[in-house]
Amino acid sequence: MIAANLPALQVVVPLLGAVICAFLRRGAVAWAITLVVCLVMPAIASTLLAQVLTSGPISYALGGWRPPIGIEYRVDVLSAFILLLVSVIAAIMLPYAKRSIEQEIPADKHTWYYAIFLLCLCGLLGMAISGDAFNIFVFMEVSSLATYALISMGKDRRALLAAYQYLVMGTIGATFYVIGVGFLYSMTGTLNLADMASRLAGIENSRPVLAALAFLTVGISLKLALFPLHVWLPNAYAFAPSVATAFLAATATKVAVYLLLRYFFTVFGASVIFAHLPTTEVFLLLSVAAMFGASIVAVFQENVKRMLAYSSVAQIGYITLGIAIANQAGLTGGIVHLFNHALMKGALFLAIGAVVYQTGVVKISDMAGLGKRMPLMMGAFLVGGLSLIGVPGTVGFISKWYLVYGALEQDWWWLAILIVASSLISVVYIGRVVEVVWFRQASGPVKRATDPPASMLLPTLLLAAMTVYFGIDTSATAGVAGLAADWLLAGIR
Amino acid sequence: MAVIHEIIAHYNHWIIIFLMVSGLYIVVARGNMIKKLVGLGLFQTSVYLLYLSPGKILGGTPPILSPDYSVYSNPLPHVLILTAIVVGIATIAVGLALVVRIHEAFGTIEEDEIFAEDEDE
Amino acid sequence: MSADTLIALALLVPALGAGLIALTGWNANVREGVTLVSAMSLFAVVLSLLCRVLDGQMPATGGFEVVQGLTLAFAVEPLGMLFACIASGLWIVNSVYSIGYMRGNKEPRQTPFYVCFAIAIASTIGIAFAANLFTLFLFYEILTLSTYPLVTHKADDDAKAGGRVYLLILLGTSMVLLLPAIIATAVIAGTLDFTFGGILAGKTSDTVIAILLAMYVFGIGKAALMPLHWWLPAAMVAPTPVSALLHAVAVVKAGVFTVLKVIVYIFGVEALSNAGNATWLVWVAGFTVIVASLVALRQDNLKRRLAYSTVSQLSYVILAAAILTPISIVGAAMHIAAHAVSKITLFFAAGSIYTAAHLTEISQLNGIGRRMPWTMVAFAIGALSMIGVPPTAGFLGKWFMLTGAMDTGQWLPIVVIIASTLLNAGYFLPIVVQAFFKAPGKDVQEHAKGEAPFPIVLALTATAIGTIGLFLYPAIPMALSKMLAGI
Repeated sequence: MIAANLPALQVVVPLLGAVICAFLRRGAVAWAITLVVCLVMPAIASTLLAQVLTSGPISYALGGWRPPIGIEYRVDVLSAFILLLVSVIAAIMLPYAKRSIEQEIPADKHTWYYAIFLLCLCGLLGMAISGDAFNIFVFMEVSSLATYALISMGKDRRALLAAYQYLVMGTIGATFYVIGVGFLYSMTGTLNLADMASRLAGIENSRPVLAALAFLTVGISLKLALFPLHVWLPNAYAFAPSVATAFLAATATKVAVYLLLRYFFTVFGASVIFAHLPTTEVFLLLSVAAMFGASIVAVFQENVKRMLAYSSVAQIGYITLGIAIANQAGLTGGIVHLFNHALMKGALFLAIGAVVYQTGVVKISDMAGLGKRMPLMMGAFLVGGLSLIGVPGTVGFISKWYLVYGALEQDWWWLAILIVASSLISVVYIGRVVEVVWFRQASGPVKRATDPPASMLLPTLLLAAMTVYFGIDTSATAGVAGLAADWLLAGIR
Repeated sequence: MAVIHEIIAHYNHWIIIFLMVSGLYIVVARGNMIKKLVGLGLFQTSVYLLYLSPGKILGGTPPILSPDYSVYSNPLPHVLILTAIVVGIATIAVGLALVVRIHEAFGTIEEDEIFAEDEDE
Repeated sequence: MSADTLIALALLVPALGAGLIALTGWNANVREGVTLVSAMSLFAVVLSLLCRVLDGQMPATGGFEVVQGLTLAFAVEPLGMLFACIASGLWIVNSVYSIGYMRGNKEPRQTPFYVCFAIAIASTIGIAFAANLFTLFLFYEILTLSTYPLVTHKADDDAKAGGRVYLLILLGTSMVLLLPAIIATAVIAGTLDFTFGGILAGKTSDTVIAILLAMYVFGIGKAALMPLHWWLPAAMVAPTPVSALLHAVAVVKAGVFTVLKVIVYIFGVEALSNAGNATWLVWVAGFTVIVASLVALRQDNLKRRLAYSTVSQLSYVILAAAILTPISIVGAAMHIAAHAVSKITLFFAAGSIYTAAHLTEISQLNGIGRRMPWTMVAFAIGALSMIGVPPTAGFLGKWFMLTGAMDTGQWLPIVVIIASTLLNAGYFLPIVVQAFFKAPGKDVQEHAKGEAPFPIVLALTATAIGTIGLFLYPAIPMALSKMLAGI
């Protein structure tokens, strides 16, 4: 019975966990409940992925109401991949969260943190698994509202401003999404994505449908922080609690990318999106602008979290570039980069969070001499940094390989050069940190720093190790991504 | 004449557009955080109307099953918009809570004053 | 022992050595012992592979597929064998030298130093034995990254600045030019495996081949082709054992090795010469040879002069490769060996002078030959080899290059080689003359109290003997070079 209802459990378990945590008093108990939930999630997700890989997409009717009238949860290769990604990242980061939260958030708010975190997790997982357009909106807002609250819990008072700014922009984005869905509903009469796909045949070029596509794209792009709709991201990542930043950087924007992929390839179809509409040009332009612009801004940041945030905007540019290239290699590169970037950025933000935990410093210039004091954390940072640069043997290289390969298959030499040239900028901003951390003498709070306790050390090292492992044995990640790309390009759901 | 007739017939869409644009304008143009939230609410309301107004089928009755009628108005948009209204309320609530906390932390809720202070940090 | 195991061992020995060195850092003597044992074991493994290659075998391993179309695989072929022999043999000598240098100068952080050295050697072996472009690129990048801490070892502002130039140019060229070239090759040829005769023949237009060649040659920044040579003089901020490693053993040789390998095994010598679109390379290499020598003339810092000399000598190899005849390919391979042994002698001498007398500028070296005879005799031998005078190794490489150039009737390489020989004499001989035949200057009188520590003298004597020995007994390098060229 449980096996049959796994898709629903994937969403319901964190929801129940959130409710239970909300009623608790002690942070440690809330953490324990969250830990149990976070360990169950990857188990469910991996079971779903295994099932999809052997027997094809899973269709689950919520409440027994059959689609297309009822809400359907539909798991295919891409959704299972995203589910697994989000749940694994949450599971890895949760042991880390305990100490980090204890230090950054007042004690009476701990249970609220875990409750809201579980709501965010529930929302993200729901977005990935739901097959109903409006249901996706509901989960999107669940996760977004939870995110706003998570961000506002940061120590610095500017976290409140960041959360407010994100709230305004995020709500506009979500509302644009709803407008898009509204147009699609009025033209097709259904909210079920698979059904919509078949009913759109023949009317794809009518004005309401094109308007719907435009609204959907802009709305989702706001959520995934595509340049120039990324303005909320740097402040949000810089001022949120460290582990919240790490989790959001690794998951939130990825799920938004999943939504974009779902609408572009499954609902509308690659032929509609790329043949007659200027989608390729727009996304190419914006992606390259993100890759270069955000990387260059990252070089000049003083706050290391902000630097990594701008770096994230640039990396999202790579993912959307993969979508714009839109052949098998390019799309595989974009999808595998969802996973790879989650690993790298997760490791980087966790390492920085450990630095904050041990010393309280976030400015790069204050981090002098940290290399000797916290060698393991800085080692993890270095591995993440090398992966950002795209050194072979790390996951970053794998994504770049596919993207450049895809670009060259389309005969876009200029794009191939641009992709690798932008990685060169990462050398500068990572190199800056490396120089400060290893070439200068320690002073102030750094002098007394050591590597953090095991609960924080191990998740960071695990993510760093995965960054290298999946750069060498890519059958799991690139293999699945390639499969997903094949299915998307064929328009199969 | 036909053009004017067309324009008047789509009065619901004009209202929607007006609310949408004015809501967005308020969000962008006003510096007071509460006013921004008001604008956001206005924007969201326009979307509710966007869903609801096509739901009314011309010549349809309210969607209550009865053997005397064969054309019903569509109940689904109402259901969807109920959900959307709840989401909207939650959003405004979180937003207002944030504004209260911002007021505690910064002493003001005018954006330009806060940015001026921010630059000094 | 099977070929598979030998190749794996060749990679594992220095890698494990690095780990062991890290663990034994608390006792300097044990640590140094680990380095020496690792170096000697590696040389033993390489020699057993050498025996098989000379027999005509081509040992190879299976591949591990990283991504579809990208495999990690190793195969030993003559050029790689030559490179591995040089690298592993000179590592032993360099380790002896490092012990003397690091202790003589009381350098800090010696354990990370030896660890990075071992990792650099491991990556060099990886480059030497790579079976395809991806494996080569992987170890090429690891080499850049593992030598960065070595270059910036002093950790002062000069070291940081030098390190930045080093990293930006090497990573920049490899990522912006080399990587796209590799991926383009994969798209065009469908494979990245090194195959004798090349894999690109007939697959695409001549223009694309010319562009690809340019991307490869300039993308392989370690070959220091002008104008991307800046990293080499900038890297002189490193301690001398590192400069010796960079200039003789690992980094620069990896550069020209890769260029040669790409020309022979990716493009194909015959295919390139038939297409006729490599003539520009002769000009660029020739330009580098001459201009680098001219700049060397004007340097007063001994290490910088040696650096520019290296830039010049590396382009000899590229020039020889660009002539595109089998004989000139032999010359290119021989020159890799000859230059390695000679340049390491010269750098050892420079480091010896620094350790014993703390002198770095050539103008300070009047009369030092009397006080440090072993060092300066070795220097003289190395200098003669750079100029190309028999009975030193440098003569061999130049001989084959000239023969190859004359065979094809290309006058430009001949002119370049003759002119640069004169220039080499112009900037090396005065140093030797100054050292032996001028009266000791003030700096020498005050600072040069005698020879450098024994390990240093031992090392540089060994390589000086090697320079002459290579001339007298060139059989093995010749055999490997001929196998490479297919004659």
